[in-house]
Amino acid sequence: MRKAVGLILVLVVGISFWVVLKNVPFGHDKIGVGNHYIENAIQETGATNIVTSVVVSYRGLDTLGEVTVLFIAALGIGMVLFSVKKTSAKERQTSSMVVQTGTRILFPFIILFGIYIFVHGHLTPGGGFQGGAVIASGFLLTYLVWPELETKRERFGAAESLGGLVFVTIAILGLVFTGYFLGNFLPTGTQNHLFSAGIIPVIYIAIGIKVGSELAGIVADMIHKE
Amino acid sequence: MVVIQAVLILMMIVAGVATSMLKDLISAVIACAAVSLLASMLFYFLDAPDVAMAEAAIGAGLTTAVFVIAVRKTRSKEE
Repeated sequence: MRKAVGLILVLVVGISFWVVLKNVPFGHDKIGVGNHYIENAIQETGATNIVTSVVVSYRGLDTLGEVTVLFIAALGIGMVLFSVKKTSAKERQTSSMVVQTGTRILFPFIILFGIYIFVHGHLTPGGGFQGGAVIASGFLLTYLVWPELETKRERFGAAESLGGLVFVTIAILGLVFTGYFLGNFLPTGTQNHLFSAGIIPVIYIAIGIKVGSELAGIVADMIHKE
Repeated sequence: MVVIQAVLILMMIVAGVATSMLKDLISAVIACAAVSLLASMLFYFLDAPDVAMAEAAIGAGLTTAVFVIAVRKTRSKEE
């Protein structure tokens, strides 16, 4: 009975999607805004990576909302797990020597790679979200290897607040100097240089720090509670 | 190139069905990670390296880890 109802529901949803989407042409431009970005983004923002110029400059407000959603998700996990008691140190399993030695060697490189990804967000693929996730996976590795390592949850919180504050401060400074929220008030510099594209690298570094500390905080919360 | 993409999509469908069919939750989580990893390769072939990086790092890496931790701390079999 339940399976039949489920099948009917899936069919209804599928047919409604097909009815709505069958008239949308596949692979054709419906609006011209994409072509505008491809033709003008490099001159207007100075960022070589057009994806970054869309994410941070043209659609920067959406990114602020996205970061806020992630923050609320981390906050929710922290709230749910707040009353759960911590696992005692002897219940935690230790890992093998190969994993320990490997992590000891790899951890700095993983963190460095994450920082590289978000510092070069305006030049190469990747950016704050990707770099932050790489940094968080580095912290995940350390928690798996050394379970007795106590979390410095407050430090993650501080880093997260710092990232959010820098993002909003830069955005409001843009409002002050150019009249637009997230307006680019710094010189855009030479294309393909590390110090170019005005406020885009600054904001992406802030996003990287914020996302990295948030995801690492989520992982730490999950691992250290019973 | 089209062949590679078709193979990737077929493997994604297989892994997705396996995710919903498997009774052992750890196996289901690994199948789910396989969907993410294959999706990230597909994004790379479709010239979207930014999305591919995000999918590989978050979908295949962190989400899987969080799921595995959650499954290990609760029941590991579906009823």
